[in-house]
Amino acid sequence: MSTVTMIYAGMFYIATFLLVAGLVYKIFDYSRTPAPLVIPTTPAPTTRTGVVYRMAKEVVVFESLFKSNKWIWVFGWLFHFGLLLVLARHLRYFTQPVWFWVDIVQPFGKYASIMMVVGLAGLLARRFVVDRVRYISTPSDYLMLVLLIAIGVSGMLMTFVAHTDIISLKEFFMGLMYLDIQPLPQDPILMVHLALVASLMVIFPISKLLHAPGLFFSPTRNQVDNPREHRHVAAWAARLDQNN
Amino acid sequence: MAVAEFDIPEMKDDIEIPKLREGVMSHIKSFPAPKPVQDFMGYPYELGEDWKERAIDKMGDLLGKYRSLKVFLDACVHCGACTDKCHYYLGTSDPKNMPVARQDLMRQVYRRYFTTAGKLFPKLVGAKDLTKEILDDWYSYYHQCSECRRCSVYCPYGIDTAEITMAGREILNHVGMGQKYSNEILGKVQKIGNNLGLPGPALIDTLEGLEEDIEADTGVPVKMPIDVKGAEVLLITPSADFFSEPHVESLIGYAKVFHAAGINWTLSTHAAEAGNFGLFNGNYETMRKVAMRIRDAALELGVKRIVVGECGHAWRVAYSFWNTLTGIGYGGNDPFSIELQKQLDPTYPQPQHICELTNDLIKSGKIKVDPSMNDDLVVTYHDSCNVARASRMGTEPGGQFTIPRELIKSVVNNFHNMADDTIYEATFCCGGGGGVLTDDLMEVRVKGALPRATALNNVVKEYQVNFMATICAICKAQFTKVLPKYGFDMSMVGGVHQLVSKAIKLD
Repeated sequence: MSTVTMIYAGMFYIATFLLVAGLVYKIFDYSRTPAPLVIPTTPAPTTRTGVVYRMAKEVVVFESLFKSNKWIWVFGWLFHFGLLLVLARHLRYFTQPVWFWVDIVQPFGKYASIMMVVGLAGLLARRFVVDRVRYISTPSDYLMLVLLIAIGVSGMLMTFVAHTDIISLKEFFMGLMYLDIQPLPQDPILMVHLALVASLMVIFPISKLLHAPGLFFSPTRNQVDNPREHRHVAAWAARLDQNN
Repeated sequence: MAVAEFDIPEMKDDIEIPKLREGVMSHIKSFPAPKPVQDFMGYPYELGEDWKERAIDKMGDLLGKYRSLKVFLDACVHCGACTDKCHYYLGTSDPKNMPVARQDLMRQVYRRYFTTAGKLFPKLVGAKDLTKEILDDWYSYYHQCSECRRCSVYCPYGIDTAEITMAGREILNHVGMGQKYSNEILGKVQKIGNNLGLPGPALIDTLEGLEEDIEADTGVPVKMPIDVKGAEVLLITPSADFFSEPHVESLIGYAKVFHAAGINWTLSTHAAEAGNFGLFNGNYETMRKVAMRIRDAALELGVKRIVVGECGHAWRVAYSFWNTLTGIGYGGNDPFSIELQKQLDPTYPQPQHICELTNDLIKSGKIKVDPSMNDDLVVTYHDSCNVARASRMGTEPGGQFTIPRELIKSVVNNFHNMADDTIYEATFCCGGGGGVLTDDLMEVRVKGALPRATALNNVVKEYQVNFMATICAICKAQFTKVLPKYGFDMSMVGGVHQLVSKAIKLD
């Protein structure tokens, strides 16, 4: 087993652990933190079903962002939807036999990478072009986009320009999953791609990428507008009632 | 202390997004709360040696109590969607008045002390140690936010800057940097019973005077009862309704509605205030104490219904929080809630907005109105931020937009909406909400009113609108003061029940 294989295997085990542990901790932390007051941004749904529908619109079509700014919406949606298809396509490296719908998505996923990178480039351009967005951008905001673009471009190079040995690559990842480590094809583009992906996994739970789980815990979006009909009291606040 | 002169922004044909001008509002400093005010609230009145630890401890405490704060500080991706949504940014062009930048004043400190990335790589993620300069920035810019939630409508994650501003003010209070205006009022409402500090006898006197005025005016003995045990309805209304113009015209309107409908109602000296500035300061316990006066009055007077007058943030607190804070509402199964619930009449929503009540009475024919009495007016309606984005009326989402408009249209013949992107959930704050309605923040108030003034100007030009109705005491006080700076007559602002008052038929 080559050193490179061992390094990459170790890297992915550590990155996966940090990603999962970090996200589990964050989700646990969000869910244990009470929301003492009813604060949905109104008009808001008056039923739980309505809230599911509101959330679905936020997650799938970015409804609020659409109301807000069409450019950010176009670029943001291209990027996220592209990424979703690309990720779906990548499932074929982790499943044997490959799930039937992954095969269906495969050709779309290839070209979705273009959507993804175009969206990211648009978002990056806005950070330079729009004075208001430039003002609020920190170095990490630029780097995050550059990292994602680099992941996308290195992936596209392997899809469209210089193919890598995907048979061995799949054996490497299946091996990782079944704790039977197989050699990683030593293709420089692939190694760059994988190293960047591993760093993204590590960064995820300690960065603004927490907007993904955060959205589901956002009280202004996930609360039902029914405060006159239902009494909503957090545990720490309920203790105040007992002193009356 | 004189307030510095400043330029009134120029009203353009449309609301324009200005280019950044850094630091142009950094000189703003609302008057600090003096010792007696802070003492009463249980806060220090000056920075102690340990202010930094106190600030960080308080932030940690709030992060553990409020999911909103924790999620909102984590989730922002700096996308920029909110950057052109705040009326204070549009009116001042100071970038720290962009919602995301206002949040970042706190987020930079949060990242430094509470996140792995900010502890390890502060420069990379824009994390900063808490310094006196940052604290001063908080004091300045957290008092240039009216907590109107317009940004939260447009944020893809629903981040509500109001939650951050509230937390910021709470931390400032804990280190000894309270705001005079809000904290003085919180003292008055708790000691005397209302924000204006009117003692009970003065209030009773005023109401008697108003009764005489109405009778002289209409020939009908419309009453303004107070502290009447066994009344059906307890009316909770902002104290400005008792003394200020144009507010008092709406109070007269409520009284006429109750009279015409034959509803036995009362005010309360103990709870002669709907407003609750505890909301603005982000302190749950203060907000609860202030709200508890209404529960106490309801139990004391034995009323069956609680109705709230024209006040924006008060309606938010009443509609969204009273049930939580004081058990005014339904669905509680604890002894504290049940005590009040068994007294209230379950056929009505509790609390009920005066617009819901009046609109129902007109629609069911229980009171009669003659809209031609308002034919001298061409009316538009300003949606108050807290009503629009933090509450509801009626049974359907959006009732807070349709019910006041239905009511207005039933009492006036000429009505026109302002532009779509300035009403309903997109409404612009008057510029004086959220603890900003003080003379020491006049520059903020005038500049923050620019988007609303621009939208109003357009319907004045197009439809000859000469009256802007609203259902908020702060909106009324703010507009009568700042709209004249944009060339409007102050008398063109008033309450919805001011219109009802003119159109209602009394027997």
